[in-house]
Amino acid sequence: MLNHQQAAKLGQSIDPVTLTVIEKGLQQVCSEMDLVHEKTSFSPVISEAFDRSNGIYGLGDGRMIAQGELGLPIFLGVMQETTRCVIEARDDLEDGDVILVNDPYLGGTHLMDVKMVRPFYYRGKLWCYLSNTGHWPDTGGMVPGGFNSTATEIHQEGLRIPPVKLVRRGRMEDDLVQMVLANIRVAEERIGDIKAQIAALTAGARRLTTLLDRYGQDVVEAAIAELERRSERMMRAHIDTIPDGTYEASAFMDSDGVVNEPLEIAVSVKVDGSDIEFDFSRSSPPCQGPLNSVWATTLSAVYVALKHIFPDVPMNAGCFEPIVVHKPLGTFIHAEYPRPVAGCAAEVSQRVMEAVFLALAKAIPDRLFAAPAGTSGNLSLGGHDPETGENYIMYYFSGGGYGGWWNGDGLTNGCSTIGISKSQPVEILEQRYPLLFESYALREGSGGAGRFRGGFGVSYKLRLLRGHGKASFLMEHGRFGPPGILGGEAGAPNRISISQKGRAIEPEHISKGEDFVLGPGDTIEVNTPGGGGYGLQAERDSEANADDRLQAYYPDHAGAA
Amino acid sequence: MSVSVGVDVGGTFTDFLMLDSATGRFATAKVPTTVDDRSRGFLQGIDELGVPADAIDWLVHGTTAGTNAVLERKGARAGLITTRGFRDILELGRRTRPNAYGLSGNFKPLIERRLRLEVTERMDAQGRVVTPLSESDVRAAVQQLIDEGAESLVIHFLHSYVNDEHEAAAVRIAREMWPNEHVIAGHEIVREMREFERGSTAAIHASISPIVSQYIQRVASSLKDKGFRNELLVMQANGGMMSSALVASHAAHTVMSGPAGGVLASAEIAKAAGFANIITGDMGGTSFDVALVVDGKPVITAEKDLAYAVPIRIPMIDMHTVGAGGGSLAHIDKAGMLRVGPESAGSFPGPIGYDRGGERVTITDANFFLGRLNPGSVTGSNKPAPIARIEAALSEQIGKPLGLDATAAASAIIDVAIAELAGAIRLISIEKGHDPRDFALMPFGGAGPLHAIAIARELGIPRVLVPRFPGLTSALGCVLADVRHDFVQTVNLPMRGIDGNAVVAIMRQQAADGRALLAEESVDVGQVDVVHEFDLLFKGQSHVLRVEMKGEAFDADAVLDEFVRAYKQRFDLELPEMVPVLANVRTTVIGQREKVDLSIFRPSEGTLASAETGTRDVYFDGEWQKAHIYDRDSLPLGAVIEGPAIVEQSDSTLVLDPGTTSRVDEYGNIVVAIDQIPAAN
Repeated sequence: MLNHQQAAKLGQSIDPVTLTVIEKGLQQVCSEMDLVHEKTSFSPVISEAFDRSNGIYGLGDGRMIAQGELGLPIFLGVMQETTRCVIEARDDLEDGDVILVNDPYLGGTHLMDVKMVRPFYYRGKLWCYLSNTGHWPDTGGMVPGGFNSTATEIHQEGLRIPPVKLVRRGRMEDDLVQMVLANIRVAEERIGDIKAQIAALTAGARRLTTLLDRYGQDVVEAAIAELERRSERMMRAHIDTIPDGTYEASAFMDSDGVVNEPLEIAVSVKVDGSDIEFDFSRSSPPCQGPLNSVWATTLSAVYVALKHIFPDVPMNAGCFEPIVVHKPLGTFIHAEYPRPVAGCAAEVSQRVMEAVFLALAKAIPDRLFAAPAGTSGNLSLGGHDPETGENYIMYYFSGGGYGGWWNGDGLTNGCSTIGISKSQPVEILEQRYPLLFESYALREGSGGAGRFRGGFGVSYKLRLLRGHGKASFLMEHGRFGPPGILGGEAGAPNRISISQKGRAIEPEHISKGEDFVLGPGDTIEVNTPGGGGYGLQAERDSEANADDRLQAYYPDHAGAA
Repeated sequence: MSVSVGVDVGGTFTDFLMLDSATGRFATAKVPTTVDDRSRGFLQGIDELGVPADAIDWLVHGTTAGTNAVLERKGARAGLITTRGFRDILELGRRTRPNAYGLSGNFKPLIERRLRLEVTERMDAQGRVVTPLSESDVRAAVQQLIDEGAESLVIHFLHSYVNDEHEAAAVRIAREMWPNEHVIAGHEIVREMREFERGSTAAIHASISPIVSQYIQRVASSLKDKGFRNELLVMQANGGMMSSALVASHAAHTVMSGPAGGVLASAEIAKAAGFANIITGDMGGTSFDVALVVDGKPVITAEKDLAYAVPIRIPMIDMHTVGAGGGSLAHIDKAGMLRVGPESAGSFPGPIGYDRGGERVTITDANFFLGRLNPGSVTGSNKPAPIARIEAALSEQIGKPLGLDATAAASAIIDVAIAELAGAIRLISIEKGHDPRDFALMPFGGAGPLHAIAIARELGIPRVLVPRFPGLTSALGCVLADVRHDFVQTVNLPMRGIDGNAVVAIMRQQAADGRALLAEESVDVGQVDVVHEFDLLFKGQSHVLRVEMKGEAFDADAVLDEFVRAYKQRFDLELPEMVPVLANVRTTVIGQREKVDLSIFRPSEGTLASAETGTRDVYFDGEWQKAHIYDRDSLPLGAVIEGPAIVEQSDSTLVLDPGTTSRVDEYGNIVVAIDQIPAAN
């Protein structure tokens, strides 16, 4: 095996075709893992919503060699942190082992993202790690589904798994599996997810072996070093186009779910040549409720934000080199044990990204967009269906409007910026759960006005048909709408309205709340945020204005319908 | 004993193929597609075939007119009437974004918002009426859409796949008020769960139905004027065809029908030549379309997206498009990496070699420079390719940044493109549960045979089968297709303890509907085949696996065994603890047509020497080598060609690398054996 310097040296002399071919080859190993994982999963969050990620990570520090392009974006920086923490925690890994871990403080996100790490041996020697993560529908804890909004310590949130051997030299540890399954809801299907996740790692190991056989270990190692160098170069070329200077912005969370006060994420971005530094130290202190973020997730959010701005940079550890993110010790986006973190991956990360977008919009507005809805809009509904006699947990994430951008209006009903998932069809939800949607519609008027207006959020209303259920909400942007840039207006804020026996109530924390008991006929209505506007409304093209009126996108304009 | 003509109207050219089984004669023609009035080029091509219209027995037509109208949002002005509360389904989609990274871009729905109206009605997921249909709402909505100038209408209600009563009542009212063949209800096209996908399929139908049927009528009536006496037939995306009389009600089925014809023809050619499993690679100017043929049959899917957020749920031959064609541009990215595609020079200005103003290096230019394409013979031009300009551009744009000369740069472009294409094929095969090494590769399209050998070698595929007319394969598919109709019904029943009679009732109804359509078509078919398939999954999963019914009757245990076996084969997983569910019942009704004997392409006897037109220096494996050049039309039966060699014909060029041995078979195919296959890859 080459050392890093040897690999770097050999890498520079590698021919351009081999380099590109190995780059694609590594990428395909990851895509194949993603594919097997997705197709065999039982968790709809994985199979329909693609909430999973698979990749290849280096020896020593777990640095990202390649990660599937079809994986959920938020895992961009997370998986290498997970792998690094596993390497540090376990010095007894053997060929055929698979480690199971979901500890948020060890390079994690929230408890529902369950990771597996498999040491990969080539010709008898440890060569790299194959790791993946999949979102399980439940890992125990105080609310079905795990998206609680009132926990004050991690132990209320669910089962916390340190790095343990799930598979030991090729044999599944059944005792451990039983222990895990006994602590989560709707456990029957999880064994299917565990097998799917292991199968993905097995597929990756097989394909990576053939790649190494084909091109030789030295050449592949050299190519990896060179690919890293080139990704770094490309990222630097992009950063170089940002004028030097310090750019500041803040983004705000509605509340932490326990204390009803906003939390601030304050960023100061310093650009110097091709280096970029992020300082979040002025952000709010750790919070009582589950809206803290662990370090791996905060760091990853910065990476994802930059990847959204410069999407063409190939993903490997090299593209992170020019980026320095100072650990914001003592703030709520650097949470430590036992702070609750259920909202970190889905919500806080998106607000971290929003702060980065808003800061860089001041520097390079021609490559940016106004704030997107920026919430995963989680509604969890758990209950008992008397007709089938079964318990159920429904997760429902909703989209919102994206911000207007430099050359067009924002997208309507876009996915969360940390996700790439598809929403579940109404017909499938009604098939699986005892509820009926009264509407699922574009939320008129929600896009922030501007030269390029924001995209529209969604407005939906559902009714419980039978039995009793408990609803929980973990959403954001209820207090403040997603801001516009360059004079554009903010998108409409999130709204939740519950009707219990005809009595309308709204959650005290506007966008969050837990354990709303519903009976037959009770309804939930959610209106998700629209995106912010880009530029002044006065500069909007008159034809675009006319079309907005014609299509009745704004309720105060007379429409055709 | 009959004269068959296949016509494939592509974006740039319209291809024609005539086979006369009585005399064993065939003829081909290629005319520019007349975009302003496609029927004009159609008739011109028929004239060039040299058969009078009244002598044609079968005339089958594939077209991209519908596909392009959808992609360019130039379809008809369609209106939608839907369940109250859900008018925006088509605009909201499945909450995605165009690209995983990057938050710019947006989406234009197929039916604009002002033409999407709601009516009071509701079914639940079990098909029980929650709110009765308001007929007065329907009348008001239809009237409003007529007043707004809609050209077609979709009725799309929630859960119509399980109970179609409301949709059927509404569409009856609409047809009464507006007698018009472009009024359709969602369940009439597809009876499958998922409101966005079903609605999108219906919206695609409504956007193209007026366009496609008007066009077909025009062609049919001009043909009649010329003396054509029979029913004009239209190719479908499923690889079958239908009578033009059904086009208005089945317009969505014509989407992507041209390329589907190519895959169908490939399957038939391969079957005749003794290959049951092939991977087809159709390479044109802008893209490379990959499809799989397993056990002689093209793999069919019902889960395609025509474009971002435009799903279509009718069964189609499963084609995957990779953005690399002859016109794909090569460039060096910011990281200093060589990239090929997905940006393309298109047909205008096209590659530098076409001398129409193109200045950026394409795959085609690399092929010219390396001697693989004949620089003296440029498609659609009488000027030779400007080699000196290509060389300068190769050096400047690619060579210099990489420290390579023009030759090495051109070679690098080809290698990168091949790695990309081979990688795409590998992933597609794996996704379908196959190992590409178990297949033969069949290239077609003008540029397919240029790269097939290298792609096969990269994938470890030992055999390449090159059809007689690679550039006319889609037109040939039209000639070979049977009449075909597909049906689907979502059921969602656990397999254990399933009521077999309920399933059989659905199968019978679907088969009866298919036979009724066949009867309506007045097409002369012989045997009628009925195939039943089942989509299964384990409860809780989202992705189905399809299994075909073996034997004559529905046997739940046999279907379940087959599913478990297929699942194990595909994913190497056994899940005895899980609950298997029957998601959909599918039926395909096929009206067999008189079989065309492909030995019509049998080459004449002769010598290889008489087919040789000269030699040319061609760059292979890092050096210039002398390659023999052959004229495809003159290649005799049984000729054996050792690489390096080039085979040229008007519609395509085949590059035979060193280390290959090729033989001309009795159907005019060139069967290539590749000597050195890497042990593993």
